[in-house]
Amino acid sequence: MSATAVASPASPLTGAWRRLASQEALLAVAIVGLAIVVGLINPRFLATRNLADILLGNAYIAVAAVGMSMVIISGNIDISVGALIGVLATVSGSLAVAGAPILVSWLVPLVLGVAVMAAQGAVVAYLRIPAIVVTLGMLSILKGGLISVTGGKWITDLPQNFHLADLSLFGVPMPVIIMVLATALAALWMRHSPRGRAIYATGGNPEAARLCGVNPQRTVLMVFALHGFFAGLASLVYATQLRVIQSTTPQGLELTIITAAVVGGVSILGGVGTVVGSTLAAILIAEITSALVFINVSPYWTDAVRGALILATVIADILRRQRRAAQGWKR
Amino acid sequence: MSEPWETDAAPSLAAPSLQVRDIEKTFPGVRALSGVSFDVRAGEVHALLGENGAGKSTLIKIISGVYEPDGGSILVDGRSVRFSSPVDARRAGVATIYQELLLFPELTVAENIFLGHAPLAGAGRVDWRAMRAEAERLLAALEIDDLSPDQVVGALTVGNRQRVEILRALSYDARILIMDEPTAALTEADVTRLFDVVRRLKRRGVGVVYISHRLDEIFAIADRVTVLRDGAFVGAREVAGTNAAELVQMMVGRRIDNLFPKTKAPIGAPVLEARDLVRRPLTKGVSLTVRAGEIVGLAGLVGSGRSELAQTLFGITPSESGDIRLNGGSVRIDSPETARAKGVAYVPEDRGAQGLVRPMSVLHNFSLAALGAFSHAGFIDRASERRMAEKGVARFSVKTSSVDEIAGRLSGGNQQKIVLGKWLANNPRLLILDEPTRGIDVGAKAEIHRLMGELAAEGVAILMISSELPEVLGMSDRVLVMREGRLVAEFDRAQATSEAVGAAMMGGASSAGKAA
Repeated sequence: MSATAVASPASPLTGAWRRLASQEALLAVAIVGLAIVVGLINPRFLATRNLADILLGNAYIAVAAVGMSMVIISGNIDISVGALIGVLATVSGSLAVAGAPILVSWLVPLVLGVAVMAAQGAVVAYLRIPAIVVTLGMLSILKGGLISVTGGKWITDLPQNFHLADLSLFGVPMPVIIMVLATALAALWMRHSPRGRAIYATGGNPEAARLCGVNPQRTVLMVFALHGFFAGLASLVYATQLRVIQSTTPQGLELTIITAAVVGGVSILGGVGTVVGSTLAAILIAEITSALVFINVSPYWTDAVRGALILATVIADILRRQRRAAQGWKR
Repeated sequence: MSEPWETDAAPSLAAPSLQVRDIEKTFPGVRALSGVSFDVRAGEVHALLGENGAGKSTLIKIISGVYEPDGGSILVDGRSVRFSSPVDARRAGVATIYQELLLFPELTVAENIFLGHAPLAGAGRVDWRAMRAEAERLLAALEIDDLSPDQVVGALTVGNRQRVEILRALSYDARILIMDEPTAALTEADVTRLFDVVRRLKRRGVGVVYISHRLDEIFAIADRVTVLRDGAFVGAREVAGTNAAELVQMMVGRRIDNLFPKTKAPIGAPVLEARDLVRRPLTKGVSLTVRAGEIVGLAGLVGSGRSELAQTLFGITPSESGDIRLNGGSVRIDSPETARAKGVAYVPEDRGAQGLVRPMSVLHNFSLAALGAFSHAGFIDRASERRMAEKGVARFSVKTSSVDEIAGRLSGGNQQKIVLGKWLANNPRLLILDEPTRGIDVGAKAEIHRLMGELAAEGVAILMISSELPEVLGMSDRVLVMREGRLVAEFDRAQATSEAVGAAMMGGASSAGKAA
């Protein structure tokens, strides 16, 4: 053979999982490192009370980011999730106040979340309308609808047993249990099931996935339905922590959730990422927000820092892909 | 070679207008050109001949300024030049007409010709009148009387658009015109008109580099022919002093023997029987049979409907009428999912867009088509998945550091082996291959051919589409020829000669095979 074929150079760090594991390791190091640095400046940051607040107050973001990661890995996006969490929290609280059985007030948001997201998923998958357009429409419907229906009134006098998030098991608070379980189960499923694999294939190359017998449309519908389930779970953790449920959600909640997914290593172009990464990133982002307060930086900088983090992550992802493409490029 | 750019040749009147000497070009992992020399004289048509992957495209991309060579020199009218972009090449009088025409369908013929260098009437305004007159002049120069400067390009046929591209090149005063497979998408009448235009260009002293792998065209239009093989210069001949047999010998060397090792496999019962398949617009009533252990080659020009037929058989574009029987049973294939479940495998033409999930690992790409087979109770058995992928990597000699490597990082040939290999876990009965060796290096090509032979020996029925005639002739037990959406000829291995198959592809009168 006169033409030479050269094997691609072996690199010491190969393999999708090892690469992603390193992204997760990086986040874990950042979480610990930041705690140490901020603790040195202001020891009160490391108080158990504060660390618990960071985890408990943001567990719902991590739970929602699990579903968001799946959506982004499948090559889609959802910007309606923040508004949906607000609606589901209100529905759940209203049911509890109206005297519905507590289990019903906990289960209805899960079912409703699946229904709303599955409907959006169906429109995205079968009518082939870009997810950003569909979910932007839903965002407005949910936001406007919530204010109109509630008239902006807050839900108060929630029954005592409504507060699922106040429970704990073996001393571990419920939000943390839910966060860890949701992340672990989703991670196992994404990694070990054919359907989880189908999500990566669909996001990586829908046409190739289809030719391998994967049904990309069904996959997208399934991903959105699952995302709805996690949104319902997130709304439950969120609502049952509150004494008063307002008819608005935290400013830019959907962006925080998307940021967690992306900083967690989910490629915005689809096909790459893990839910373990997104959960770690949600914790890191919450930690940064709290740290800014403890080192006396104006809270207005929070958004700027979060923005810088997302840009840095996306740029790193794109650079990594370009390098990979350059290495893999052949005649 | 130390100073490849400062080659100093004395300009002389006899010097060819374009010369390239000892061109070297290497891409990561592939030696694309090694020591290739080539020249075109004014008023000459010089054909560049070679199989896919021989280096023709790389060479013309270097001549036209798309790539810079790693070594060697380019001389225009005896002066050493260095092109760092296609604009440089055009300024030096070298214009290229690519297979994909780069025209603006919404604009008129005149606007397309002068796009970017329209005659100006001062203050940056376009002098429309002068532009139209110039366009008329160019049309007249090539004696083209059936085109007007005011026609909108989008409404023209492919042949006419190509002539607009030629006019555009002339409007830059091109003295060297490179035509990359100009007849690939043309009808016979258009080919005749194109040749008229090329002859007029010659008379005007334009040197034409003509790339094609159709020998009959080379004998019809070219004065000289240079043959490349595996990135190396094989030889140059005066067309008047050579013949088809010699050129084929130069093109393929002795490789027909060792590159196409179709082994004798016992041919069994029909696996695929298709009757009167129709899927508009390009499948117009096709009937064919492929038997176990048989490799059936499907030849035809680009646009003849070969790939469309494959897509219909695999359920990507399900047939509108007609029926398909697999292993004797009537089936309706309405999606790739069904096709896979029925034991059909398909390796698409465009492995980047359709074959491979680039961001996923080799491991996961290998198992993607057979995930069901590895799964128990909804979970993938990762140990057997890995065993299968490692076996596949070994069997296909995929060059990768490990199965965990990202598939998109491998070379084209290795990617193609994965796209083919992933189907084997599924134990397919029918394998449809669309251009299985396009754009991959010779070593990988030989391995894919060897595997095709092995699979046939195991009783798999193979339908192979290929634009490389030697591949079709070498690998196939039977050759079917498709033209304009229909099967027009069928040849047994013994009857299938490049002349006969080529004539059937072109629709020539001398079709030697029995009409199907």
